[in-house]
Amino acid sequence: MTHLPLLLALQDAAPSVVPADTAWMLVSTALVLLMTPALAFFYGGLVRSKNSLNTMMMSFAALGAVGVVWALLAYSLAFAEGNAWIGGTTNALLAGVGTEAKGTIPHVLFMAYQGTFAIITAALISGAVVERMRFGPYLAFIVLWTLFVYAPVAHWVWGGGWLMTKGVLDFAGGTVVHINAGVSALVAAVMLGNRKDYSRQAILPHNVPFVLLGAGLLWFGWFGFNGGSALAANELAAVAFTNTFLAPMATLVVWVLLDYFRTGRATAVGGATGIVIGLVAITPAAGFISPISALLLGAIAAFPSYFIIVWRSRTRLDDSLDVFAGHGIGGITGALLTGVFAAKAWNPAGNDGLLAGNPGQLATQALGVVSSIVYAALGTFVILKLLGLVTALRAAPRAEGLGMDVTQHGEEAYSNGEGSILVMPDATTVGAPVRALTPQTAAR
Amino acid sequence: MKLIVAIIRPERLNEVLEALYRAEVRGLTVSRVLGHGGETDRVETYRGTTVKMELQEKVRIEIGVSEPFVDVTVKAILGSARTGEVGDGKVFVLGVNQVHRIRTGERDEQAVTPAELLEA
Repeated sequence: MTHLPLLLALQDAAPSVVPADTAWMLVSTALVLLMTPALAFFYGGLVRSKNSLNTMMMSFAALGAVGVVWALLAYSLAFAEGNAWIGGTTNALLAGVGTEAKGTIPHVLFMAYQGTFAIITAALISGAVVERMRFGPYLAFIVLWTLFVYAPVAHWVWGGGWLMTKGVLDFAGGTVVHINAGVSALVAAVMLGNRKDYSRQAILPHNVPFVLLGAGLLWFGWFGFNGGSALAANELAAVAFTNTFLAPMATLVVWVLLDYFRTGRATAVGGATGIVIGLVAITPAAGFISPISALLLGAIAAFPSYFIIVWRSRTRLDDSLDVFAGHGIGGITGALLTGVFAAKAWNPAGNDGLLAGNPGQLATQALGVVSSIVYAALGTFVILKLLGLVTALRAAPRAEGLGMDVTQHGEEAYSNGEGSILVMPDATTVGAPVRALTPQTAAR
Repeated sequence: MKLIVAIIRPERLNEVLEALYRAEVRGLTVSRVLGHGGETDRVETYRGTTVKMELQEKVRIEIGVSEPFVDVTVKAILGSARTGEVGDGKVFVLGVNQVHRIRTGERDEQAVTPAELLEA
């Protein structure tokens, strides 16, 4: 993505679709789309069973709501030609998005690929507001957020906006995806307030195997996220892929060791978290640094997030699933370390970082970090404030106590059907055979 | 001594435990049960299948207490388990023939008095 100018230059010379690139990007798009259901499992396992469906639905719903708004308008605001701040409306309703080459892949495919990023970014925020935010307002929030926060920031960094012009390096979305979502999550958590049980009783993950499953699938999908961000099946994709392979390994090792030294035990939830934070941190750097630097970056990235999670859980701040510590801090660490480890030797379209004798890149990275923090915080604040004027953002304490699955969706994740009576649409069919299905009621 | 059995809403369990703790009631048993207290049925839908959940999840708390603690315990539960809507539950106070503390073999009033109060 970041070498889009180069690609556009190539396009001017000979606009043509390259089959090999198209094949890899088709696969990458599917891989990144899978990350959102993976996130549903990661988040769903971390909450209490009475809120597990609601939490998973918050991710799944983004596949629908954000995906549609992306196609209708947000894609155009992010990637159509516009000014330094926001794209135009030339591609609204997918106008002019056809099979013509965008870089070396069909334009429709480029739109779909970018859409998968918008979807998961919005879904990431949900981790900060789980177990208490009403589902309707949440849907309205992610739609507005995609239009007014995600699309502009994506335009700044990837769509030819001002941060791209300044030379900020963000290979696959450290700034656009992770800092953006992490900071928005922090603001949303503060604005919604704590869960009523928070710091009054232990709120434990209801299914740790789900957390591990989610982390594994996220890693798998992330090869499309970072490897696909080369937008071609080439050497750069291989570098990004390999870095995505290595960095989380180092983070996992360091995370487990930190767990050992602090508590004497390596935890599964910790391991899964470590993997995700390694993936977050390598995201902005994946196509700009050497594989050995990726190992280092992954190892370093474990520290700030680890200790902020430990600290956060002792505070009154209920960022329920640590979206800020994971994605915000992980993204900031990755974005800054990109400015340290970047090397033109590995990507001529990138730039040299601090270690390659260009300390200025670190300052440029810091500019990208600060501006996305400020904008994401402001944008999220305004959207939630306005939504809060129209409707209640939170479920009532009673509904929160009963659980969001039953109160928001009328379903339970783990129901054995005891005490349930089948309601037939046709009243005449309700009778003995139905009652026989439920011994408890038949016995009355 | 009395056996106090309370059926409460699961979402009030934390408040009730806290109230009992503040009332210095120690030693209790909690179990998850299914029951119906005349509240409105909850309707759930799974694709085309709509079901009424007649039995609601409830929590049963059992506490063996000495005479001076009976009122204190009941008051603590009433105050903390109440939401004001149908289905808040019941508190039963039952007479008990004998109580034995397994660890020491103490009987009756002594067996339901917390160890630290006996020493004092």
